[in-house]
Amino acid sequence: MIVWILLAILVVLGVIALAFLLMYNSFVVLGARIDNAWAQIDVQTKRRHDLVPNLVETVKGYAKHEKGVFKQVTEARAKTTKAETPKEKAEAENMLSSALKSLFAVAEDYPDLKASKNFQMLQEELSSIENKIAYARQFYNDAVMKWNQKTKLFPTKIVAAMLGFKEKEYFEAEEEERKAVNVNF
Amino acid sequence: MPKEYYEAVKDSKRRTWLLFAIFIILILAIGWIAGLWLGSEILGTGIAIVVAVIWGLISWYAGDKIILSVSGAGKASEDDYPRLFNTVEALAIGAGIPKPEIYVINDPAPNAFATGRDPDNAKIAVTTGLLEKMDKDELEGVIAHEVSHIRNEDIRVMMLAAVLTGIIVLLGHLFLRMMLFSGGGRKKGGAVMLLIGLAFVIASPFVAQLIKLAISRRREYLADASAVDLARNPDGLIGALRKLDEDKTKLSRANGATAHLYIEDPMKKEEGFFAKLGGLFSTHPPLEDRINRLQEMAAIG
Repeated sequence: MIVWILLAILVVLGVIALAFLLMYNSFVVLGARIDNAWAQIDVQTKRRHDLVPNLVETVKGYAKHEKGVFKQVTEARAKTTKAETPKEKAEAENMLSSALKSLFAVAEDYPDLKASKNFQMLQEELSSIENKIAYARQFYNDAVMKWNQKTKLFPTKIVAAMLGFKEKEYFEAEEEERKAVNVNF
Repeated sequence: MPKEYYEAVKDSKRRTWLLFAIFIILILAIGWIAGLWLGSEILGTGIAIVVAVIWGLISWYAGDKIILSVSGAGKASEDDYPRLFNTVEALAIGAGIPKPEIYVINDPAPNAFATGRDPDNAKIAVTTGLLEKMDKDELEGVIAHEVSHIRNEDIRVMMLAAVLTGIIVLLGHLFLRMMLFSGGGRKKGGAVMLLIGLAFVIASPFVAQLIKLAISRRREYLADASAVDLARNPDGLIGALRKLDEDKTKLSRANGATAHLYIEDPMKKEEGFFAKLGGLFSTHPPLEDRINRLQEMAAIG
């Protein structure tokens, strides 16, 4: 009789352990996806940071007097390097986006600049990077949403609590982006 | 990522096995019938097993290359097609898959397909006509559809369907020729064998079509829906499908074995009796229907 009870306990423990492992594994998989997505955001934003000085120089060649806008762009770029958490980074990147928008708006007044091949290439490249950042953000936020749901819902919630898995930050708060755009127009 | 995505991947795996099973049964049947006619069922079946294994391996590892070369697709360079490269890269990032290899088919008919055995070995091919005729959002919609096929792991099933059934059609024809040239009446009951063989030859393209049918119609709806989910813009894909519907240019390098790969049936513009017959086995849902579904999606949210 005791043997049977022990066996039953063993089976139950085994099932619990297996369920635990599976849930743990799902966190690991999702965590890897989030890291991967974050790395993508990093790659694209770095590419953009590298293009900014070049862009500023090009525009300066045609529009020396627009100092305000150059300052805005340079400062925004400097801020992005200091950002650490996803939220800070998203804010800084949004600021850079809107600063670049003002820069391109200024460029509208300089036909020679607009006609320059170099400028057109930079504009093209920056808009394609911007597009990629948007997609990287979408993928990252989707994964973070899944992760956060898991930390809040039973039964994965238990595993998260035991292993100390916390909710993760989204890349960007939507209202901030709107505000940043509003400042410009 | 929508929940259907995981379902789709699971479903794709099941269908891959199903496809291999159908392929092996069909090849064995051909071998057995050929064996009857040759006078040794064991020999026939044996040859069939060898052919099945070899062709199965070739299909798995080189199916995509076969498809690309049959379709006249050449590797594209980023300098020549920057817009295409940017679009594909952006959507691959959005779907969380490695960047697929990019191919271009020199043909004025707008169309596109994706192939490869898994997302790590994926290829996207588009025609020059597509690049000319689609605006930015529409191109994004089409590429999102192809990227969805890759992420849902449809591409493997679709690739295998193209190359595995490709050989079945081929073998059917080969068998017919063998009989015609060496005289079917050599053995007793040769006439009966000839009839069976003929029946098989006639049936094989239909069987091939049925396999394709089984794999592709629902996938198209799902890829459309995932594409909208990915690009967050139903109007791009809707506009693209409209343009594909209106365009009557024929894609010259498409054939019965590869038609189901394309975003839109490249054979539908064929005219005459066989085209009508083919309509019964159409690999693609009507474009009108696809557009309507997307519009419903757009209306909901």
